[in-house]
Amino acid sequence: MSAPAGLDRATERSRDLRLLLAVLLTLLGVALTLVYLIALNAGAAPRLADLAYERLPSTGVQNPVTAVLLNYRAYDTLMELAVLLAALLGIWALGPAPPGFQRSGAVLAAMVSWVVPLLIVTGGYMLWVGGYAPGGAFQAGALLGAAGVIVRLAGDPRAGLPGEAAQRWLLVAGVLVFTLVGLGLMAFGAGFLTYPPTLAKWLILLIEAAATVAIGAALAAAYVGGRPPGPDARPTAEDEDALTPAQTPANPPAPPLDPRP
Amino acid sequence: MLIAQFLYGGAGLVLFTLGLWSFLVHEPLLRKIIALNVTGAGVFHVLIAIAYRGDAAPPDPVPHALVLTGIVVAVSATALALMLGARLQDADEEDQTP
Amino acid sequence: MSQLTLLIVFDAVLLVTLLVLAFAAVLSPEPRRAVMLFIAFGLWLSLIWARLQAPDVALAEAAIGAGLGGALMLAAARRAARTASRSRGDDAS
Repeated sequence: MSAPAGLDRATERSRDLRLLLAVLLTLLGVALTLVYLIALNAGAAPRLADLAYERLPSTGVQNPVTAVLLNYRAYDTLMELAVLLAALLGIWALGPAPPGFQRSGAVLAAMVSWVVPLLIVTGGYMLWVGGYAPGGAFQAGALLGAAGVIVRLAGDPRAGLPGEAAQRWLLVAGVLVFTLVGLGLMAFGAGFLTYPPTLAKWLILLIEAAATVAIGAALAAAYVGGRPPGPDARPTAEDEDALTPAQTPANPPAPPLDPRP
Repeated sequence: MLIAQFLYGGAGLVLFTLGLWSFLVHEPLLRKIIALNVTGAGVFHVLIAIAYRGDAAPPDPVPHALVLTGIVVAVSATALALMLGARLQDADEEDQTP
Repeated sequence: MSQLTLLIVFDAVLLVTLLVLAFAAVLSPEPRRAVMLFIAFGLWLSLIWARLQAPDVALAEAAIGAGLGGALMLAAARRAARTASRSRGDDAS
């Protein structure tokens, strides 16, 4: 701890810095607003929207946003799934997941057993409805991820996901199916991810289904926050009563990992 | 030019500047991450405002799709940053109490 | 004409609330409150995007940005609060 006078000077200096930054950033904001105003008043340039709507019938979907995501700009979405996967690999690389939460009481468990199936069904609905109304793989995946978060909060340390090997397949499903469809189309003479209009709907649905699973698994795994605990993982000292007896006999825990005497 | 477009886009720019300021000024990692997310929300807001064409015309779907991918990327980056911060904190605590 | 004015008033209310929530989230020093305000900010943002005829994005923001991002941040805030209280306890002795 520094002397009060030094502390005062330090806080004064940091206050000056804050003020300077505030002034500079206000100027930046004003400049950006001016640019934005000029850009808005520049008049109508040719826009992508008209083209997007004009070609909509041949994309295989009726929702223009889904058409942009999975047809016009499918590369973007493929790379975005790769980014999600890379972020998750980064999280896994940081070490094993922290222990889960205490197993929930009866009321919460009953609620979870209602809410989670509901979320999964809603996710499926979102996925299907994305073809012609607001919805799609991202929203559906988010619902699945939310179901995973709820399951983890209710006490399952793995957030309802399968073991590590199966989880890896779930996580790469999006990128894998996306790439395979693209390469398959190339093999049949179309360009990478250039769908023939007759098949477009089903190919998009296939990719979206895989992407939904991958996004849901990745978001839930990100909430778990580390490499998944193995099948014999036990909650540590924080939640002793978390185990139900049914789980223990099948997978006796490795003695050195067991925190109990 | 639509007034709504300018109002909403201007609010997005305010959010962008506010997030940037908070990111530079505030020390704790969680506040920095919240600030970054506010910055990103500002950018998304400008894009959505540009895509809006009044209530009569349909909006531009291209910025919408960009924002949609952006949201997912932002949340995955947030998750990674939070986990990195947690591990750093663990390492610090191990250093302090060996 | 009056309907247009009404709509602009509506827009202004939406935007002022959004900015107040953003300022509150950014300026709050207490982590848990900051995260709560950020979640409220995200949900309000999705409301505005629904008004700007971007329902797809509004859905995604409500579910991913506010929901899952908020859940991740709340876990971090809980952690921060725990270490803060622990270090306070150490310093007080």
